[in-house]
Amino acid sequence: MTKSELIGQVSEKAKNFTPKDVEVIVNSIFESMAETLAKGDGIEIRGFGSFKVKERAARKGRNPKTGETIDVAAKKVPFFKVGKELKEMVNK
Amino acid sequence: MTKADIVENIFDKVGLLKKDVSDVVELVFETIKHTLAKGEEVKLSSFGTFTVKQKRPRRGRNPKTGQDMTITARKVLSFKSSHILRDIMNRK
Repeated sequence: MTKSELIGQVSEKAKNFTPKDVEVIVNSIFESMAETLAKGDGIEIRGFGSFKVKERAARKGRNPKTGETIDVAAKKVPFFKVGKELKEMVNK
Repeated sequence: MTKADIVENIFDKVGLLKKDVSDVVELVFETIKHTLAKGEEVKLSSFGTFTVKQKRPRRGRNPKTGQDMTITARKVLSFKSSHILRDIMNRK
Protein backbone atom coordinates (compact mmCIF):
# COMPACT_ATOMS: atom_id res chain seq x y z
CA MET A 1 0.00 0.00 0.00
CA THR A 2 1.32 3.41 -0.94
CA LYS A 3 0.42 6.78 0.52
CA SER A 4 -2.03 7.49 -2.32
CA GLU A 5 -3.71 4.10 -1.80
CA LEU A 6 -3.96 4.89 1.89
CA ILE A 7 -5.60 8.22 1.05
CA GLY A 8 -8.00 6.39 -1.30
CA GLN A 9 -9.04 3.84 1.32
CA VAL A 10 -9.49 6.39 4.08
CA SER A 11 -11.53 8.62 1.70
CA GLU A 12 -13.92 5.74 1.04
CA LYS A 13 -14.58 5.35 4.75
CA ALA A 14 -14.64 9.05 5.60
CA LYS A 15 -17.65 9.92 3.46
CA ASN A 16 -18.06 13.47 4.75
CA PHE A 17 -14.55 14.47 3.67
CA THR A 18 -13.31 15.19 0.20
CA PRO A 19 -10.34 13.10 -0.96
CA LYS A 20 -8.46 16.42 -1.05
CA ASP A 21 -9.13 16.97 2.69
CA VAL A 22 -7.96 13.44 3.44
CA GLU A 23 -4.84 13.96 1.35
CA VAL A 24 -3.98 17.16 3.21
CA ILE A 25 -4.52 15.45 6.58
CA VAL A 26 -2.45 12.36 5.68
CA ASN A 27 0.42 14.50 4.41
CA SER A 28 0.20 16.73 7.49
CA ILE A 29 0.33 13.75 9.85
CA PHE A 30 3.62 12.49 8.47
CA GLU A 31 5.11 15.98 8.04
CA SER A 32 4.27 16.75 11.63
CA MET A 33 5.79 13.44 12.77
CA ALA A 34 8.94 14.13 10.74
CA GLU A 35 9.25 17.61 12.28
CA THR A 36 8.90 16.16 15.77
CA LEU A 37 11.66 13.62 15.11
CA ALA A 38 13.79 16.40 13.59
CA LYS A 39 13.53 18.25 16.92
CA GLY A 40 14.83 15.10 18.59
CA ASP A 41 11.49 14.36 20.26
CA GLY A 42 9.79 10.96 20.36
CA ILE A 43 6.29 10.04 19.18
CA GLU A 44 3.89 7.63 20.82
CA ILE A 45 0.82 6.36 18.98
CA ARG A 46 -1.28 4.14 21.26
CA GLY A 47 -1.93 0.71 19.79
CA PHE A 48 0.44 1.41 16.92
CA GLY A 49 3.94 2.01 18.21
CA SER A 50 6.50 4.61 19.17
CA PHE A 51 9.31 6.41 17.41
CA LYS A 52 12.48 7.50 19.13
CA VAL A 53 15.54 9.33 17.94
CA LYS A 54 18.83 7.56 18.44
CA GLU A 55 22.17 9.29 18.21
CA ARG A 56 24.90 7.57 16.26
CA ALA A 57 28.41 8.66 17.21
CA ALA A 58 30.90 9.83 14.59
CA ARG A 59 33.08 6.98 13.38
CA LYS A 60 35.78 6.14 10.87
CA GLY A 61 34.36 4.42 7.86
CA ARG A 62 35.85 2.98 4.75
CA ASN A 63 34.84 3.35 1.16
CA PRO A 64 34.34 -0.29 0.22
CA LYS A 65 35.25 0.38 -3.38
CA THR A 66 38.52 2.21 -2.90
CA GLY A 67 39.45 1.10 0.64
CA GLU A 68 39.93 4.74 1.53
CA THR A 69 39.28 5.73 5.18
CA ILE A 70 36.66 8.43 5.61
CA ASP A 71 35.09 10.22 8.55
CA VAL A 72 31.43 9.41 9.08
CA ALA A 73 29.82 12.30 10.97
CA ALA A 74 27.59 11.80 14.04
CA LYS A 75 23.95 11.52 13.02
CA LYS A 76 20.46 10.97 14.30
CA VAL A 77 18.41 8.02 13.14
CA PRO A 78 14.75 7.22 13.79
CA PHE A 79 13.93 4.02 15.63
CA PHE A 80 10.48 2.40 15.61
CA LYS A 81 9.17 0.08 18.30
CA VAL A 82 5.93 -1.68 17.48
CA GLY A 83 3.07 -1.35 19.98
CA LYS A 84 1.57 -4.36 21.73
CA GLU A 85 -1.74 -4.33 19.87
CA LEU A 86 -0.19 -4.03 16.39
CA LYS A 87 2.50 -6.58 17.26
CA GLU A 88 -0.23 -9.10 18.04
CA MET A 89 -2.30 -8.18 14.97
CA VAL A 90 0.68 -8.78 12.67
CA ASN A 91 1.50 -12.16 14.22
CA LYS A 92 -2.03 -13.59 14.15
CA MET B 1 4.17 13.64 20.84
CA THR B 2 0.92 11.69 20.92
CA LYS B 3 -1.97 11.29 18.52
CA ALA B 4 -3.71 14.21 20.25
CA ASP B 5 -0.68 16.42 19.54
CA ILE B 6 -0.73 15.40 15.89
CA VAL B 7 -4.39 16.48 15.68
CA GLU B 8 -3.54 19.73 17.48
CA ASN B 9 -0.65 20.45 15.07
CA ILE B 10 -2.68 19.99 11.94
CA PHE B 11 -6.31 20.94 12.57
CA ASP B 12 -5.96 24.71 12.06
CA LYS B 13 -3.75 24.16 9.05
CA VAL B 14 -6.47 22.21 7.24
CA GLY B 15 -9.36 24.46 8.28
CA LEU B 16 -11.54 21.63 9.57
CA LEU B 17 -13.06 20.92 12.96
CA LYS B 18 -10.75 19.33 15.49
CA LYS B 19 -13.20 16.46 16.01
CA ASP B 20 -13.27 15.75 12.26
CA VAL B 21 -9.49 15.83 11.95
CA SER B 22 -9.26 13.52 14.95
CA ASP B 23 -11.63 11.03 13.27
CA VAL B 24 -9.58 11.00 10.08
CA VAL B 25 -6.27 10.64 11.97
CA GLU B 26 -7.80 7.68 13.81
CA LEU B 27 -8.92 6.14 10.48
CA VAL B 28 -5.48 6.62 8.97
CA PHE B 29 -3.74 4.63 11.72
CA GLU B 30 -6.49 1.99 11.76
CA THR B 31 -6.19 1.53 7.99
CA ILE B 32 -2.40 1.20 8.22
CA LYS B 33 -2.76 -1.36 11.03
CA HIS B 34 -5.26 -3.49 9.16
CA THR B 35 -3.15 -3.44 6.02
CA LEU B 36 -0.10 -4.63 7.99
CA ALA B 37 -2.23 -7.27 9.75
CA LYS B 38 -2.90 -8.74 6.28
CA GLY B 39 0.86 -8.99 5.79
CA GLU B 40 0.93 -6.21 3.23
CA GLU B 41 3.62 -3.53 3.40
CA VAL B 42 2.81 0.16 3.77
CA LYS B 43 4.98 2.68 1.95
CA LEU B 44 4.72 6.28 3.04
CA SER B 45 6.83 8.29 0.64
CA SER B 46 9.24 10.72 2.30
CA PHE B 47 8.59 9.07 5.69
CA GLY B 48 9.35 5.36 5.50
CA THR B 49 8.14 1.82 4.84
CA PHE B 50 6.55 -0.64 7.24
CA THR B 51 7.13 -4.29 6.28
CA VAL B 52 5.95 -7.54 7.85
CA LYS B 53 8.81 -10.01 8.07
CA GLN B 54 8.48 -13.75 8.62
CA LYS B 55 10.91 -15.02 11.26
CA ARG B 56 11.95 -18.67 11.39
CA PRO B 57 11.96 -20.61 14.65
CA ARG B 58 15.33 -20.47 16.35
CA ARG B 59 17.01 -21.71 19.49
CA GLY B 60 17.12 -19.29 22.34
CA ARG B 61 17.67 -19.25 26.03
CA ASN B 62 15.57 -17.99 28.87
CA PRO B 63 17.91 -15.33 30.27
CA LYS B 64 16.41 -15.72 33.76
CA THR B 65 16.67 -19.49 34.13
CA GLY B 66 19.39 -20.21 31.56
CA GLN B 67 17.15 -22.91 30.11
CA ASP B 68 17.38 -23.69 26.38
CA MET B 69 14.15 -23.18 24.48
CA THR B 70 12.85 -22.76 20.98
CA ILE B 71 11.68 -19.35 19.89
CA THR B 72 8.71 -20.05 17.65
CA ALA B 73 8.33 -18.83 14.07
CA ARG B 74 6.61 -15.47 14.04
CA LYS B 75 5.81 -12.41 12.03
CA VAL B 76 7.33 -9.12 13.09
CA LEU B 77 6.95 -5.57 11.90
CA SER B 78 9.94 -3.65 10.66
CA PHE B 79 10.27 0.03 9.79
CA LYS B 80 12.79 1.41 7.32
CA SER B 81 12.99 5.18 7.38
CA SER B 82 13.19 7.07 4.11
CA HIS B 83 16.31 9.03 3.13
CA ILE B 84 14.17 12.15 3.14
CA LEU B 85 13.20 11.64 6.78
CA ARG B 86 16.82 10.97 7.79
CA ASP B 87 17.92 14.10 5.90
CA ILE B 88 15.28 16.23 7.66
CA MET B 89 16.47 14.85 11.01
CA ASN B 90 20.10 15.69 10.28
CA ARG B 91 19.87 19.06 8.58
CA LYS B 92 21.72 21.76 10.43
